[in-house]
Amino acid sequence: MYRYDEFDRRLVAERIAQFRRQVARRLAGELSEDQFKPLRLKNGVYLQLHAYMLRVNVPYGTLSSRQLRKLAHVARTYDRGYGHFTTRQNIQFNWIRLEQVPDILEELASVEITTIQSSGNCVRNITSDQYAGVARDELADPRVYCELLRQYSVLHPEFSYLPRKFKIAVTGSPNDRAAVAVHDIGLRMHRNAAGETGFEVLVGGGLGRTPYLAHTIREWLAPEDLLAYVESILRVYNLYGRRDNIHKARIKIIVNQLGIDRYRELVEEDFAESRGLPRPELPKDEVDRIAEYFAPPPYEPLDDIDAELEKLASAEPRFAAWWKHNVAPHKQPGYAIVNVPLKAPGAVPGDITAERMDALAGLADDYSFGELRVNHRQNLVLPHVRQSDLHVVWSALDALGLATPNLNLLSDLISCPGLDYCALANARSIPVARDIGRRFVDVDRLAAIGPLTVNVSGCMNACGHHHVGNIGILGVDKRGKEFFQLTLGGSSGRDASLGDRLGPALAQQDVPDAIEAIVDRYLELREEGEAFLDTYRRVGIEPFKEAVYGRVEEKAIA
Amino acid sequence: MTRLVRNGELVEDRFVDVSGEDTWPEQGAIIVSLEQWQTHRDALLARGAPLGLRLRSDQMPDAIRGEVGHFDVIALEFPKFRDGRAYSYARLLRERYGYAGELRAVGEVLLEQLHFMLRCGFDAFEIRDPDPLGAYRAAEADFTVWYQPTGDGRPTAMQLRRERRQQG
Repeated sequence: MYRYDEFDRRLVAERIAQFRRQVARRLAGELSEDQFKPLRLKNGVYLQLHAYMLRVNVPYGTLSSRQLRKLAHVARTYDRGYGHFTTRQNIQFNWIRLEQVPDILEELASVEITTIQSSGNCVRNITSDQYAGVARDELADPRVYCELLRQYSVLHPEFSYLPRKFKIAVTGSPNDRAAVAVHDIGLRMHRNAAGETGFEVLVGGGLGRTPYLAHTIREWLAPEDLLAYVESILRVYNLYGRRDNIHKARIKIIVNQLGIDRYRELVEEDFAESRGLPRPELPKDEVDRIAEYFAPPPYEPLDDIDAELEKLASAEPRFAAWWKHNVAPHKQPGYAIVNVPLKAPGAVPGDITAERMDALAGLADDYSFGELRVNHRQNLVLPHVRQSDLHVVWSALDALGLATPNLNLLSDLISCPGLDYCALANARSIPVARDIGRRFVDVDRLAAIGPLTVNVSGCMNACGHHHVGNIGILGVDKRGKEFFQLTLGGSSGRDASLGDRLGPALAQQDVPDAIEAIVDRYLELREEGEAFLDTYRRVGIEPFKEAVYGRVEEKAIA
Repeated sequence: MTRLVRNGELVEDRFVDVSGEDTWPEQGAIIVSLEQWQTHRDALLARGAPLGLRLRSDQMPDAIRGEVGHFDVIALEFPKFRDGRAYSYARLLRERYGYAGELRAVGEVLLEQLHFMLRCGFDAFEIRDPDPLGAYRAAEADFTVWYQPTGDGRPTAMQLRRERRQQG
């Protein structure tokens, strides 16, 4: 993992000191709320419906056990004993007092985590593949470039007042687990014809009220040009991005308004012109220096032990289900990646108590070289578990209620905080997610249904990524009442697509029935080996429309 | 009321801003709008007095690329502190268009932004604060670590790390 040096430490300390002064000026009435708002937002402090919320960056989803213990401590000491992991690999605390924020920031800084730019119209936390560095299908470790981008974007003097927020995601694997196509900039590592590793650069993706998949702006970019090219993309956005309407201010709007070809021309022009001038060059020795931080942990030379695990599994069906669904292959023989979905039946997706954080930190110390990951589906990961430890890790997780074998299955839902917390929401997304989680508890049935993502957002800002859920659920307000609009066919992977609207919005209590109807119809229609998304893409939306509105039509609102 | 701080000193502004006016005095230093400059270029140059230009945040400085040598002051407007275009304008003027005169931040200039403005090449600021110089010096000292290279030449963390490595 990356460790701060004196420069990083000093910068964070200076930032906290600055924010402490700003908070003092706000509390003394020297700054108006309007003036203070962008300052607090850039330090991750939101004003929600009931309290201040603090959003803490988990850089590219990598956490140490020490950091997780500190998060548990913050949850216990300054909040109500729990935190909420988000779709941007961050964690949020929902019940924070403004005057305590500088102290919390000091606590977090002591374990090298910050809230810098976790909100505001600036470059946000860089996100990545939760399996970075351990995935078998990986070309190169994206965290090296994520860290370089993190440093590059922190307190950027030119780009701290962009038209709108700016999200960058990086994948080092062709199997995109970082949803790069729905980011302002998506970076996909690949090899060019000469066999050199570089980046395909995508730009202008995003969800929200106007969802777009990103366009490729550069097929191949050399790693040493990465930061300079990102700088040119940001500069063109800063110059041309719309500032007349907050809903049209994201880069996706200007990219699509100018057209990707024109946008590319502007970026390439700026990039060419910046050569030889002050710009963020990325010398190879600096890349190598950062890469050392991400060297693999001291693995033991082991062999895979599939046969032994098979034996354990056949004796213990619950272990078998967990092994099958929550454990992923590791690039190192004899090791495995253990996923920890925060999605037990009835759980609030992404929520975790301080006690469980501490317990997971302990498991990470004992079985995963002290390391954890956060994925963008609001789950945690123990990235380096010896296969011979899988059974004992499973037992421990099971005792904690964290071994529900539902990774990437229907009940592994994404949900934003919704109207229970959020001032922007139209509807309460959490109760809908919990209802569905409670409806689909039978492990065998979930397994029979197969991979199926359900993403719930409480409003069109789409923090719950409903557009890219295989089934998307969007909370809407109709005449003061909460309703839920379903979409089908979304995907955030390599084959990214935006969901299609199924039909009229449904009342909350009808949503689980509608999901049942969709699932039943899919099971009727699917052909050998098809996942839900495959079937949907083959048969289209009509059969599902009929299935849902045939069943709940009389209750549906036009 | 705003006061002008230039290169860390409190100074009297000898320029009269006539960018919103129909006429200007015959003598003395003035600041004009882009429209005035484009319409009355020859007359303004013939005055033989120091000349400044004020650009709105929706006026990109490439409009005066090649002409920057005529100006002693370029004032970039921040109509709202949230409007960050002028940070890019400043860097373009300084680093690409060769502008070496006074680069002044005007409008809603908050202390929190001063550090970023300095790094982008501004050297003069209209500051609304009872103690403009004190406020300026405090904001200037906000940070001593910089990750991004700009035309101000402050060494980045990366440069310092590399130097240190090369020295062994």
